[in-house]
Amino acid sequence: MIETRGLRKSFMSRQGREKKTVDAVRGVDLTVDEGEIFGFLGPNGAGKTTTLRMLATLIQPDGGEATIAGADLRKDPGEVRRRIGYVAQGGSTWDDSTAREELVLQGRLYGISKSVATERANRVLEGFQLSEYADRKCKTYSGGQRRRVDIALGIIHEPKVVFLDEPTTGLDPQSRAHMWDEIRRLRAEGMTVFITTHYLDEADALCDRISIMDNGEIVASGTPAALKREISGDVVRVGVSSPARAAEALGSADFINKLETHDDSVRLYVDEGATAIPLILRALDSASVPLGTIELHRPSLDDVFLTKTGRSLRES
Amino acid sequence: MKLVRDTSLIFQRQMQLLLRNPVWILVGIFQPVMYLLLFAPLLKPALGVRTNAEAYEIFVPGLLVLLAIFGGLFQGFGLIAELRAGVIERSRVTPVSRFALLLGRSLRDTVSLLAQAVIITLLALAFDLRVFIGNLMLAYLMLALISLMTSALSYGVALAVKSEDALAPLMNTVAQPVLLLSGILLPLTFAPGWLQAVADWNPFSWAVNGVRALFLGDLGAPAVWQGLLIMAALAALALAWAARLFARSVR
Repeated sequence: MIETRGLRKSFMSRQGREKKTVDAVRGVDLTVDEGEIFGFLGPNGAGKTTTLRMLATLIQPDGGEATIAGADLRKDPGEVRRRIGYVAQGGSTWDDSTAREELVLQGRLYGISKSVATERANRVLEGFQLSEYADRKCKTYSGGQRRRVDIALGIIHEPKVVFLDEPTTGLDPQSRAHMWDEIRRLRAEGMTVFITTHYLDEADALCDRISIMDNGEIVASGTPAALKREISGDVVRVGVSSPARAAEALGSADFINKLETHDDSVRLYVDEGATAIPLILRALDSASVPLGTIELHRPSLDDVFLTKTGRSLRES
Repeated sequence: MKLVRDTSLIFQRQMQLLLRNPVWILVGIFQPVMYLLLFAPLLKPALGVRTNAEAYEIFVPGLLVLLAIFGGLFQGFGLIAELRAGVIERSRVTPVSRFALLLGRSLRDTVSLLAQAVIITLLALAFDLRVFIGNLMLAYLMLALISLMTSALSYGVALAVKSEDALAPLMNTVAQPVLLLSGILLPLTFAPGWLQAVADWNPFSWAVNGVRALFLGDLGAPAVWQGLLIMAALAALALAWAARLFARSVR
C-alpha cells in the first residue's frame, strides 16, 4: 500500500549567523501492507512528521521515491492526494465553524458533490459519536471531540490510506483509549492506517507493525513482538537491603549474562526469566541474603530502542 | 471549471464566516465615516472650492481608495490565524486548486470592501455629492482591482513571514509612503514638482486620479483607463505571486 525507497529531506536552519543544513530524513525505506496499522515510533525530532508530510504531498522530498495506494508520489501528487487522508498533529478545525460545516466543505474540496458530502458527513459524525455536537461551533468542543473531528475530516473522502500524526498526544487516558478504538475501527473498515507516535505503549498495543526512527533514519522494523524477541533474554530485578551482598552471592552464577548493582536492588540480565528465578532464590537463600522483592521484566520497546540507539526513548 | 467550482467553494465558506460575525462592517466603516464627518469640513476652505459637493468630489474618491488599500493589506492577519489553526494545511492535502484557495479569499475581501464603499457613497450623497451611476460602477471596478491586489499581496507576505509580529510593521511601512505619495487625502496638484515626480511612480496615485475623474463625471479622462489598466496589471501580478506561495510548502 505504501512503498518508499531512499526518501530524503534536509532543511536549512539558521543558528545566529551560521547557516546549517539539517538532514531531517536521511533515506527512509519502508513497506506498509494493505489493511494494517503501521506505526512510526521515535523521539521528537526524529523525522517522523517530516516523512509523513512528504508522503502526504505537503513537502517535496529532496530524493528518493514513493508509491502510495498505487500512485507515484513524485509524478502524480494529485492522484496521491485523492487516495490518502492526512490528519495533522496540531488540529485542523476553525473555531467559528461547526463540525458538520467543516466536514461538508472538506468533502467538497475533494470534489464530492454537495448531497453526497452531506450524507457522508452525517455518516462519519455518527461513526465518531459526534452527531450530538455536530452543529455546535468547534471552539466549544473538548480536546478529544476536536481530535475526533480532525480524524473524521481526514477520512470524509473514504481514502485507502490515512496518515495520523501523533493522534493521541495531549489527550487524557480515557480519550486516548477511545481514540485507539476509533483507529482500530478504521482498520476494520478496510483502511490502511499510518500513525506516528512517541508513546511506547501506543506503538505496542495499537500497531500491527512498527518502524523505529531516530535521527532521520529507520533503526528497526517489525511487529512489536518480533522486535522485543530480538532483545535476547529477560530482566530480573531483585530488591534487597544490601545489594553488595546479593551481588557477591550471585556474581559467579553462569546463567547471569550481566549484573548491575543499584541503591536498593540488583538487575540481572538472563536468557530465560522463568528458569532463572528459582536459581536466583536458591543462591540468595544459601548465602542468607534477605530478599525484599523480585520482579521479572519482559523486554519493552524501550529496551529495543535502547539497544538500537544507545539511548532510552523515555529520556530523549 | 474546476477552478471556478473550487473558488466558489472557498468564497462561500469565507463569506459565511464573515456574515456570521457582522461586527466587521461597523468597524470597517467607522473610520471612513469619521473622516467624512470630522476631516471633510476642513476641505472646502482648504481646497478653495465653492461648495461642499465639490470638496466631496475630491475627497470621497481618495477615501475609497484608502479603504481599498488598507482593507486589503491587513487581510493577511486572518490568514495567519487560519495557518495556525491548521485550516490551510487541511486544504492543501486535498486536490483543491491552489489558486482557488487564494482567489476565494481575495474575492471575499473585495466583496466586503465594496459593501463598505456603497455605504460610504450613500452617506456622501447626504452631503450633496452627486455622481453618475455608470461612472460610479467604473470607480467600484477600480476599487475592486485595488482590493484584489492588496489582499493578494498581504496573503503572500503572510505566507512568507507566518507571524503577526512581522506582518504588522511590514504592512505599515508599505502603507504609509503609499498613502502619502498618492494624493489620497489632498490632491497632489498642490505638491512641489519633485514630490509630484515621485508620486508619478506610485501606481495608486494613478488610481486615485482615475477615480477622481470618474466622480467629476469626466469619463473620457486618460487617468480613467490608465488607472484601470495599471491596477488590473498589478492585481494580476500580485495574484500570480501569492498563488505560487499557496502552492508551495506552508511550513
